[in-house]
Amino acid sequence: MTVLKDRVTSRMVAPVMRRRLNPFLMVAVGAVLVVVLTYTLPPFRTYQLATIGAYLCVTAGLTVLTGLNGQLSLGHGALMATGAYTLALWQNKFNLLAVGIVVAILVTTVAGLVIGLAAARLRGPYLAGLTLAVAVVVPSVASTFDETFNSDQGLSVILNPPPESMTVEQWQAWLCWGGALVTTLVLALVTRGRFGRDMRAVRDDETAAKLAGISIARTQVWTFVISAACAGLGGALFAVLAQSVSPGAFPLTLSLFLVMAIVIGGLGRLTGAVIGAFLLVALPAVAHEIGEASGSQRLEGNLALTFFGVVLVVVMLAAPGGLASLRLPRSWRARLSRKPAHRAGS
Amino acid sequence: MKRTTALVLAAVLLAAAGCSNADDSNGSSSGGNTPGVTDTEIVVGTHMPLTGPAAAGYSKIAPATKAYFDYVNANGGIHGRKITYKIMDDGYNPANTQQVVRQLVLQDKVFAILNGLGTPTHTGVLDFLKTNRVPDLFVASGSRSWNQPDKYPGTFGFNPDYTVEGKILATYVKENHAGKKVCFLGQDDDFGRDSLAGIEKVVGPVAAKQSYVTTNPNVGPQVGALKAAGCQVVMLATVPGFTALTIGTGAKLGFKPQYVVSNVGSDPTTLAKTLGAAAPLLEGVVAANYLPLANDDANPWIQLYTKVNKEYNAGAEMDNNVVYGMSVAYLFVQSLQAAGKDLTREGIIAAVQKGGFTGPGLVPVRYSDKDHSGYAGQQLTKIAGGKAQFFGKPYRTDDGDGAVEVYDSPAVTPPQNGIPAA
Repeated sequence: MTVLKDRVTSRMVAPVMRRRLNPFLMVAVGAVLVVVLTYTLPPFRTYQLATIGAYLCVTAGLTVLTGLNGQLSLGHGALMATGAYTLALWQNKFNLLAVGIVVAILVTTVAGLVIGLAAARLRGPYLAGLTLAVAVVVPSVASTFDETFNSDQGLSVILNPPPESMTVEQWQAWLCWGGALVTTLVLALVTRGRFGRDMRAVRDDETAAKLAGISIARTQVWTFVISAACAGLGGALFAVLAQSVSPGAFPLTLSLFLVMAIVIGGLGRLTGAVIGAFLLVALPAVAHEIGEASGSQRLEGNLALTFFGVVLVVVMLAAPGGLASLRLPRSWRARLSRKPAHRAGS
Repeated sequence: MKRTTALVLAAVLLAAAGCSNADDSNGSSSGGNTPGVTDTEIVVGTHMPLTGPAAAGYSKIAPATKAYFDYVNANGGIHGRKITYKIMDDGYNPANTQQVVRQLVLQDKVFAILNGLGTPTHTGVLDFLKTNRVPDLFVASGSRSWNQPDKYPGTFGFNPDYTVEGKILATYVKENHAGKKVCFLGQDDDFGRDSLAGIEKVVGPVAAKQSYVTTNPNVGPQVGALKAAGCQVVMLATVPGFTALTIGTGAKLGFKPQYVVSNVGSDPTTLAKTLGAAAPLLEGVVAANYLPLANDDANPWIQLYTKVNKEYNAGAEMDNNVVYGMSVAYLFVQSLQAAGKDLTREGIIAAVQKGGFTGPGLVPVRYSDKDHSGYAGQQLTKIAGGKAQFFGKPYRTDDGDGAVEVYDSPAVTPPQNGIPAA
């Protein structure tokens, strides 16, 4: 039943998307918007903007994997941890950030290849189970090899201060959004071309795709690798933002939040990934405001979870395609299609 | 219909995001040059595990600190200023700590961060606080990282550091359990490592050592190994949940050594609650403390804290966490008094560095321009009849090779109105 429905929507969506957005234009607009925001927002909001950028790297890769290739991953938190730990170890040894980020991406890509090779043989709940196991294993790895990873306490990350002409928060925002925009551009180009069609074909009907001469396993493994590379970049950026890495920063709930975010945002759409990344930062903040207003200090830690659940239920009832699929009257559409992007920064 | 619902939802989300923006302008309305300080108010913030794995017991600290501030505020505040204490929940997750501390410093413009809890959590924000010149007072952990005056001139510890504590506990073992097989179980981080370093300075290498991580609530293998090694004294550098777990697991395996526990994991109220019906296993457990014990009704400090707790903390159950929280608040008020009427960030750091505070502690705090570590020592306690009691004399030592010496000085009583004078 659901498979049939997916097929219908994908057939309807794909041509519309191509007509609507030019990826280079969108990334350029995004870059200008981020630069403007970093000069207008107060420092804390700029930091939050940077966090959205780091999340976007991950959600964009995940939404391509899950939405366009049909592979569910509950283990992206672990891939982020791989990138983050690689960067931390690299920085503490060599202190070369740009190279470190590249190394982090490479290492995570290799990890993604290994997991992807296994994942390509699994379907449905078994795939979810495998990736779940990857997410759960992070703390054990950190404590088993505690001489390298320093167990639960984690590692601190040595960073040079940013150039004097900018504040730390601006630098963080530019770095994270630089990564995020490159990621979205690459993903937008990749998913538009032949490989994108292969991915969708494999998602929609493996037998039909095979008949059309597409290698199922290769497509799935490649998609997983690309998605893992994005997660590695996201993880490395988080290590820079937090100036530390520890297993506690990459719990199972993070992996689940990531999946929820892309579902709420709109599965398989990069705009959905942007909305998802925004929500990952905004919803806990809103939960905090409510927790503070209610006077109960212990509420806020738990409220964010409830919040995500409620939003997920409401969105799935109101707009099963996620927030990015909302169709509004034409007069509204122009206004709102700009709004989420603008709000994402504020 | 669907569209309407979706629209309403989108509107609600955007409005909510808007709300969280709205308070930017309110937060930054400080009058003078010093952030967080006006003629009528001082805003300070903290990060605490109010939820999550470390919340048991520790979540009571910040409300107690706030209660004491409310008490001070009700009595006119300090130099006419009322203290506002912003408590942020980081769930003991370093990534959240980054977030909430930035929010406190950049958005809420706090004057200082007070008593941020946890070694892994607080380590990550040291550089950020240094860059922004925010005083980082009385960190709630015994890591030696807080005592680096050259590198982090604005950071000060509160707890006696874990090496000091290890040396003192080991001195007890050496004097009272000479010749017995001494073993160690500790948390797999600075806490456990520093503690073990202190212990081994006094009793030499331990017979067996094991470690645990808080994410894996099963210490069966570790306790089994200690039993197999024939340990007679087991020294624990554990948080409360794992102290209880170790003692309980030991009893299940028929292993009942003499336990000697770090102050951090020894609050009898928290332990008894965790152990439930097995609470009698706590009899005879030796630990140490540097603040008055919550169950010591005759102590004038406890009498003061009980009063404040009843009036301003909704009568929360008195335990050592409440005592801790209020003692932090008392020390901060002392620092504010010492910093004088013209309160600046440099001023309060200079005042704390000058030191010389006497208060609820059994030993003095050590602050000087060369030393930013907290309390200098501890006194041993033993649990009898479900209650901890001090015995012997307070000890004082350093985190190096200095001797463990008795600190003999009469206890200080709180001022008449319970608020330190200038």
